[in-house]
Amino acid sequence: MKKKTFGAIFRHGFLLAIVIYTLIPIFFTLGTSLKLFRDIISGSLLFKPTLINYERLLNPSQSNFLRLTSNSLLIAAGTMAVVLVIASLAAYSLSRFNWHPLWNGLIQGIILFIHMMPPVTFLSPLYLISRALNIYDTPIAVIMGHIILTLPTAIWILLDFFAEIPKEIEEASIVDGASHFQSLTQVMLPIIQPGLASAGALTFIFSWRDFLFALSLTTTPRGMTIPVGISSFVQEYSIRYGEMAAGSFFAMIPALLMVAFAQRYIIKGMTMGALKE
Amino acid sequence: MYQSTDFSLNSKPPGWKARCSSFIDRTFKIWTILPLLFVLIFLVAYPTVQLLRMSVSEVKIVQGKTVWTFVGLKHLYTALEDQIVPVALRNTIVFVIAVVILETILALVIAVLVSRSHHLVGLYRTVFLIPLLIPPVAIGTMWRLMYDYNYGFINQVLALIGIPGPTWTADKNLALPSIILVDLWHWTSFMFLIILAGLESLPQEINEAARVDGASETQVFRFITLPLLKPTLVTAVMLRTIFAFKVFDEIYLLTGGGPGTATEMISLYIYKVFSNQFRMGYASFLALALAIIISVFVIFYRRIGRRLA
Repeated sequence: MKKKTFGAIFRHGFLLAIVIYTLIPIFFTLGTSLKLFRDIISGSLLFKPTLINYERLLNPSQSNFLRLTSNSLLIAAGTMAVVLVIASLAAYSLSRFNWHPLWNGLIQGIILFIHMMPPVTFLSPLYLISRALNIYDTPIAVIMGHIILTLPTAIWILLDFFAEIPKEIEEASIVDGASHFQSLTQVMLPIIQPGLASAGALTFIFSWRDFLFALSLTTTPRGMTIPVGISSFVQEYSIRYGEMAAGSFFAMIPALLMVAFAQRYIIKGMTMGALKE
Repeated sequence: MYQSTDFSLNSKPPGWKARCSSFIDRTFKIWTILPLLFVLIFLVAYPTVQLLRMSVSEVKIVQGKTVWTFVGLKHLYTALEDQIVPVALRNTIVFVIAVVILETILALVIAVLVSRSHHLVGLYRTVFLIPLLIPPVAIGTMWRLMYDYNYGFINQVLALIGIPGPTWTADKNLALPSIILVDLWHWTSFMFLIILAGLESLPQEINEAARVDGASETQVFRFITLPLLKPTLVTAVMLRTIFAFKVFDEIYLLTGGGPGTATEMISLYIYKVFSNQFRMGYASFLALALAIIISVFVIFYRRIGRRLA
């Protein structure tokens, strides 16, 4: 009995330490973002919170952060829309029709290949394509890169959800005179709504998080996203801690909202993609 | 008599609209895969061909036009003489091996402990999900603040107990370990979530039976849980290794590969060649080499993994 309580104390203590380790950088950043410069330097825990760093960051006359936010939102939402349409059609097709195993294997193989390749491999080709199409330095170029980044996970999640629907449900709707399109949009998609939510949430957040594609396919605030803005800010003013902290905390907000409100969709999607093999 | 019009309507051949929609319906299998095929050709196959072409060419943009010059294996010779390539390769391999081993062990311990915490499982999962969703650039910035020599959290805490803190990411010997510590913060959760899902899918009856037969907790873990968990671990380690090769954002923000070349990584170096030196051909060659390294790893690992699992 005594051994058991010791084990429990060790377990709770160890996990508590890990939780603190996980949360400290976030709280330290939040704290720094709410401090005046003199409070940052004094390092005291007692300070009067101020929103001045956020005000400076979001003031259009002092920084282009608002512009970058709207770019980031546009790119994440655009990627999400395109990827959801492509992925749900493809997952429907691959799971409901009799594709030759060779075709099926080839498509799945390519999707796995994209997922494995480091994004840097796509940099130069995508750069040339965006130059040739005259979309370099626009949100569309970044969306192009983010489709590559997010499509595999979205397809895997939706394939799994489609596979769970019994074949009879769709057959019944076809017998009742519905076309495949009607059966897809009015019967199947409503059933896999949790899957769409999961794939959509992950696509949005992966696009929002991305740095490399946005960095190499844009040069001006026309197409830049928040991560690119933060990185150039950090490099330019490595001493303006308050605004640095405010910027990075601002960039975390969608992630924190998703953890709070949509985590069951996200966890399933993340582990599912991994256990797909 | 009053229904004659209906009759004639029915006997008419179907209009073009109806025929069209019936055609679409019959070939719906093709229509639904077309958007994906378009993306795969335009954003994957075509770029791959371009990458192969670029890796044997010199590519320049002159007045908005792309000029290609075939140079054969020149980039291979450049890479063999490049002083930074072996350093970047060595750093990447050290980094990958260190983070994969440390994160697997740490995640395994955390997952086993969490799985025994009953009603707290959800809470732990929530907290550990956060690092995975935050933008890596924000992670880099946060840790810049944490590691800051004067005002960073770590050195302030060290100062409280009277230890003068080091410069962390600016110190040639501490830079790589500092980066690894940030990566542990970021990615241990990934391994944790997968291993926890694996643990939860294991049948509980066997453990109970073993305990009834007098097995200790350590024995249950060593002889029952671990063997059953092996397939999950093998897959998780492979995925984590592949992702570890992609490391870029945090290092770009924290050290930029420095001090000197202490934290230079392949993907970071490829980006620098591409963006700062603007040598697209050489960057493509290095990118191709990295892709081949990863593919070879995956092929070998799967062969070994199958035997292990």
